[in-house]
Amino acid sequence: MATPQDISKPATTPEVAVRRKPVRTSSGAPVPEIMKQGGLVPWLYLFPALLVMSFFIVYPMINTIGLSFQNRDGTASAATTCREGQPCWGVFENYRYALTAEFNTSSPGAFWNSFWSSSYGNTIKWIVVMVFGTVSVGLGFAVLADRVKYEALAKAILFMPMAISFVGAGVIWKFVYDYGTSQTQIGLLNSIITSLGGRPVAWLSTTPINTFMIILVGIWIWSGFCMTILAAALKSVPDEILEAARVDGATEWTVFWRIMVPIILPTITVVVTTMVINVLKLFDLVYVMTGGNFQTDVIANRMYTEMYKNFNVGRGTAVAVVLVVAIIPFIYYNIKRFMEQEATR
Amino acid sequence: MKREQINKLLNKVPTHVIVILTMIIWIVPTVGLLVTSLRPPEAVRSSGWWTVFGSQTVGGHYATYCAECHGADGTALPQADLTNPDVIAKYPRSLQLLALLRKDINGQPHMGDNSLPSAQEAAEIATYLREAGEEAGSKFTFNNYIDALVGYRGEDTYRADCAAGTQPPDLSCTARDILNPRGMGRAFINSLLVTIPATFLPILFAAFAGYAFAWLDFKGRFLLFALLVGLQVVPLQMTLVPISRFYAQVGLNGTFLGVWLFHTGFGMPYAIYLMRNFLGTLPKDLFESAYLDGASHWTAFRQLVIPLAMPAIASLGIFQFLWVWNDLLVSLVFLGGTTPVMTYQISNMVTSLGSGWQVLTAAAFLSMLLPMIVFFALQRYFVRGMLAGAVKG
Repeated sequence: MATPQDISKPATTPEVAVRRKPVRTSSGAPVPEIMKQGGLVPWLYLFPALLVMSFFIVYPMINTIGLSFQNRDGTASAATTCREGQPCWGVFENYRYALTAEFNTSSPGAFWNSFWSSSYGNTIKWIVVMVFGTVSVGLGFAVLADRVKYEALAKAILFMPMAISFVGAGVIWKFVYDYGTSQTQIGLLNSIITSLGGRPVAWLSTTPINTFMIILVGIWIWSGFCMTILAAALKSVPDEILEAARVDGATEWTVFWRIMVPIILPTITVVVTTMVINVLKLFDLVYVMTGGNFQTDVIANRMYTEMYKNFNVGRGTAVAVVLVVAIIPFIYYNIKRFMEQEATR
Repeated sequence: MKREQINKLLNKVPTHVIVILTMIIWIVPTVGLLVTSLRPPEAVRSSGWWTVFGSQTVGGHYATYCAECHGADGTALPQADLTNPDVIAKYPRSLQLLALLRKDINGQPHMGDNSLPSAQEAAEIATYLREAGEEAGSKFTFNNYIDALVGYRGEDTYRADCAAGTQPPDLSCTARDILNPRGMGRAFINSLLVTIPATFLPILFAAFAGYAFAWLDFKGRFLLFALLVGLQVVPLQMTLVPISRFYAQVGLNGTFLGVWLFHTGFGMPYAIYLMRNFLGTLPKDLFESAYLDGASHWTAFRQLVIPLAMPAIASLGIFQFLWVWNDLLVSLVFLGGTTPVMTYQISNMVTSLGSGWQVLTAAAFLSMLLPMIVFFALQRYFVRGMLAGAVKG
């Protein structure tokens, strides 16, 4: 890792420096006495931001929780929607619907199957496959692209899908997955398969592969994001440590797993949690590619379906609350990480 | 020494292979979209987009079965000109073609003493003839983009319909068509009208608040900021219902103002976080001397903070721009079909299947054009903003 390598390093390095360098001068330090003029002044500067935030985030959150205990148009308690002779959770009726309606509880086997084709099972598939996929592609590509001369171009290409909307990406990949009933396949994937002698597959309507095909699109979009953040972290690994290990005869594989990964582990954790949050909220891709049909539904899309297709406010908001409950651990983690960062400033 | 260099080069081969392969996988789907959007509809329906890169050689089976009489270019028999699209259009599939070949011509078998092609071979001949015919026409066209821009959904193309005077009732074949509510032209304008204020407003508010969080002292500063960090990951879905109910009451549904305000509110936590962290890195002396010189907060904000925060403003601007431009959920809920933006228009085309791939791909490419330009021109700032706080989504 001599000088030529350093020249080819992209503009990502200074950004890390921006975040690390000014440790002592930053806002965590006590504000100089002279700036404390006027108790009202800070609130004037905060006012517009606090106003829109309370109105568009805080108030609706509270309101959503309230609505989730009410009926389909928010006019009476959810308990009134219970039907005679059917299970009922009282005011938690919408939650009974949100949490159990998709499951077939007639036998453990049926439950197992219905769970994995429900929005919950699919969301778990999304989290596991997509987070693993994006982080491994991102990390692998960050390490490998570092060793080639066309690094900047390679990274730009991997990163490009971040600029494309989910809707645009949905169209791009729906075309790749296109399934024709005639002899010529105009979808790239099926054309490759038929030219190798295989049979074409209706990728987006064949359960259970369809969910994984949509997840692949997610990986295509988000790998560049993981790659960029992990690459910045990798650049901050001191070259001397890597050189020392190599001189001692460590293989590249060992250097990667024993030195690079442990050093950037905190960044990997950040990327993983960010990706989990992104996946939980992800709605557009499923909406555009299958509309949640063919057992590809996820929690975020189900909320939309209940709210704006079935027009059931109570059920829609209950699904939204379930979603936010799933995210709460990450809110907690984010704040905790922020506190730790501030403490070291 | 030489040997060592060669070894080093060889060791790098797997790296190059993996990196280049990944690059190809990443770029090819988008290339497919672009190529398809430029092809005529019949070509899109009958063959894969990658065939435009292959040079048309005399088709293998055509050469075996047909070239003897029809000639290599299909024009040898004037009464059966195989380059005439009207002739070819009668035999789109192997079935029709085989039926023809089995018939007698002038009392003689069509194929003479030669054997008939198999069904598979006949299909390939039919495809070959069709493609050769298209070749004679044009391989690429901008018609799909015109159709997408004006929202044409007829059988032919907008230009052909207008020339023949058979355009659909919602189109007038004048410049006004670009504003057709079903078209991408109108949606492009709507997207711009949504995105520009929804990018500008949060930056302005965040600059104010970021200044307060970084350089002013007040009670609960730390607590409020920690709360902000938590708010960054609140899902959009959690707030949609109450806001759309409220908008319905006050008549903000379907208005730009409603969407601007919603995006401003939702963009705020991340924007403030980024701003405060950036402003916090500015040197303290700068502010101290400004205050000692008698500068008010307002002066310090206008003449110090805004010019110095330009890099952060650029990062934030790109982030918010891409976020709003690419957003589907918010525009779906608050704008819908009354003032459709580009993402809405495309998702509608996908789910209603009203138009073929050629128009859909053209529309998708139109919607990607501006974000792509912004992204490649200002990639550095985008990356910087992402590294500073990567939790918006």
